[in-house]
Amino acid sequence: MSEASPAKAYALHLGVIALLFLLSFVLPEYYHGLLARIMVLAVFAMGYNMLFGYVGLLSLGHAMFFGAGLYGAGLAVIQLGWGVPLAFLGGIACGAVLALVIGLLALRTTGVAFMIVTMMFAQVFYLVILYFSSWTGGDQGMVVPQPARVLTFGATALDLTNPTVRYMTALALFSIVLLITLGIVRSRHGRVLIAIRENEERTKMLGYDTFSNKLAAVVVSGTICAASGAAYALLFGYVGSSFASVQYSILPLLWVLLGGAATTLGPLIGTVFMYYVIDVTSGYTSAYLLIVGIALILLVLFFPKGILGSIRQRWLGWLP
Amino acid sequence: MHFGPHLLLAALEGLVTSAVLALTALGLSLVFGVMRVVNVAHGEFFMLGAVLAWAISTAISGHPALGFLAALVIAPLIVGAIALVAERLVLRRLNYNPEATIVATIGMLYIIQQLALTFYGPEARPVEPPFSYRILLPWFGYSGYKLSIIAASALLLIATWLVLTRTKIGLIMRATQYDSETAQAFGIPVDRVYGGVFALGAMLAAVAAVLIVPISQAHYLMGQDPLLLSFIVVIIGGLGSLRGTVVAAVLIGLSDGIISMFFSPTLAKIVATLLVAMVLVFRPQGLFGTASR
Repeated sequence: MSEASPAKAYALHLGVIALLFLLSFVLPEYYHGLLARIMVLAVFAMGYNMLFGYVGLLSLGHAMFFGAGLYGAGLAVIQLGWGVPLAFLGGIACGAVLALVIGLLALRTTGVAFMIVTMMFAQVFYLVILYFSSWTGGDQGMVVPQPARVLTFGATALDLTNPTVRYMTALALFSIVLLITLGIVRSRHGRVLIAIRENEERTKMLGYDTFSNKLAAVVVSGTICAASGAAYALLFGYVGSSFASVQYSILPLLWVLLGGAATTLGPLIGTVFMYYVIDVTSGYTSAYLLIVGIALILLVLFFPKGILGSIRQRWLGWLP
Repeated sequence: MHFGPHLLLAALEGLVTSAVLALTALGLSLVFGVMRVVNVAHGEFFMLGAVLAWAISTAISGHPALGFLAALVIAPLIVGAIALVAERLVLRRLNYNPEATIVATIGMLYIIQQLALTFYGPEARPVEPPFSYRILLPWFGYSGYKLSIIAASALLLIATWLVLTRTKIGLIMRATQYDSETAQAFGIPVDRVYGGVFALGAMLAAVAAVLIVPISQAHYLMGQDPLLLSFIVVIIGGLGSLRGTVVAAVLIGLSDGIISMFFSPTLAKIVATLLVAMVLVFRPQGLFGTASR
């Protein structure tokens, strides 16, 4: 795909990160907070894109991985009194383990069955959260108290409720995950994943172990989504069951489709664009689900490759 | 009440659920079987049927049975027409690609749900049953209307089965399901069959909703549970198998009625969903289905 120009690709990604860093100083307060949230959710979309874009596996249950991170970190802080770094790692670990188990089960199926199986496992996860409402707060959710969201390194304390700290933490997570996905996509393993997407039988025939490559992709994807969920709980202080509902399995699909599946920057562009559209339209109507629905249909009808996918096809063939 | 009558009551309630579920799931199963399309908006067609039933029955004054019968005829026709338009405008242009159609039907789900919220509102509204005769059993009285739902559903299922197995339309549909390319080569208008099947599937869901709405109220979010339960039924019965769908609907409806009477409904849902996911993982052709194609 992008053999010729590794330098160009890395320069572009570092440029985007630098741009996001500079935006922190010029954006007005409202958009500053919104962009921090978007960056965390873009990480969720990047995790989804790992599996959907590069392996071609359409999951309808990724909210469970986001939820695993969210509740893993949130419950660790609220119920167990863990510190922020440990809770964050705990959330990620929950997502990784869940992804491994779900991957082992769901990858036995393909196509439509894979979508339905992932949707059902996510539904079970959601119902389990409601069932243990004395622990999880049920559909009311829980608030992570402000004193628990302070990161202490020796003498310096970083308050994650401070807007600037929050923005920079979100940016740091976003940058790390962006560079990790870029690295994976350009690696040998990444090229095998794309080969599986294009023709699984042929890839198998060429001697690649497709199952373990797919399993690795599910685990990486689930772990990234869990990192996003854990960061969301700690940065924005709210843990609720709506984040594990079907809607949050569909939103990352929408963001990725919009930005461009199988492009490293597509998830960010899709998330930003969707939030912008909702922000503009909510001035006229409260019916934002209508916009989501129409966007989904128009996208699959006219732009199945998304914004960045279309740009890559027409002009910039080297985009990773 | 003693355990026996309690169980009987639970079983009756379960049978009512089964009756409605069988119709809804049959619609989903037909669409999947013939078109290979997973219709995520199926539950919304169900909801539309209920909401339209409310609108029609309140518009018609006089005896409640009059309004109900009008709803039973008109609501499915409107829903079928909407489904047909959606199929022509969206699904056909996507060439019935499985993944694209799932995304598109998710879009339809949101659009229909939001429009229902905007024009119908967030309230749950009741529809008056056509008659309110109570059948007195030795232990408790039971609504005659609920029993008539079971009968009506059974009649509709038998009618659908006869159409599928004994008529030319059914033959054409089965031929399309078996091998659409060969069917096309033999002069069957596959494209129009697809449109008809999608409309028929939506109409079955709408009929089921009109039948259930006098006992459960119309609400804009009511499509979620039937969608999930229909998926469960279709999967257990075997994707695209008619007989399996009916057997599975009775099984799921009864066990749902009995389990949620004696245990927590959330726990019942967790167990059922998990079991079904496992069935799909380890026996993808379903419990009663033939080998997958």
